[in-house]
Amino acid sequence: MADRQTMIKVLYFARLREDLGRSSEEIALPGDVSTVASLRAHLMTRGGAWQTALAQGRALRVAVNQEMAEPATPVRAGDEIAFFPPVTGG
Amino acid sequence: MPVRVQTEDFDIAREIAALRAANPKVGAVASFIGTVRDVNEGDAVATLTLEHYPGMTERALEGIVAEARSRWRIIDATVVHRVGELRPLDQIVLVVVVGEHRGDAFAACEFIMDYLKTRAPFWKKEQTPEGARWVDARVADDTAAERWAKPKRDAA
Repeated sequence: MADRQTMIKVLYFARLREDLGRSSEEIALPGDVSTVASLRAHLMTRGGAWQTALAQGRALRVAVNQEMAEPATPVRAGDEIAFFPPVTGG
Repeated sequence: MPVRVQTEDFDIAREIAALRAANPKVGAVASFIGTVRDVNEGDAVATLTLEHYPGMTERALEGIVAEARSRWRIIDATVVHRVGELRPLDQIVLVVVVGEHRGDAFAACEFIMDYLKTRAPFWKKEQTPEGARWVDARVADDTAAERWAKPKRDAA
């Protein structure tokens, strides 16, 4: 097991959860990931559904530690990052 | 508790009574209930399943209510949003705002709903004769929320 201090938690909701076949995972923070945008790019390198579901142009929202985030929002070890489609409640 | 996410149904009379209880300064109660329709985009809807992001959803709703409190003169507000599988005629969401006067209560109630629709993490999936599908976000909802970004009109 990797040291918990180097881990991030990634969550997926709604259509994204279905497309990717998982609702959450804990991964070691990759060395090339420092922002939301670079995490998204990193996950896309998994290919297949990841490349499609996270592609630029797909309507996607991201939250870091349960606050809405932008592509430039920093991602640090210990963070909880969530990917989801535009919201449709109410 | 001003904000709740729950599978159970809600009772507007009880929620209003709770907000008004022992609060004789309240002179206006504005409310909104969103309900499940049996048709969407021309297709029959058998069930509507709502998903949320536990933790963030509650925080987002609390933030929206706090924003409403900062923009309008209101006394209190309640938001109840259901999740799980719902059917046509079921209630989905309740917003109740109490204040001294109707103007601010109406405006705050509408603001809370508009921001909830575009900022609170909920997602709807509907079951139709064509199969299950995720509901797409609507441009009209973004437009409704953007109205509130403009400088507040100085209504007296």
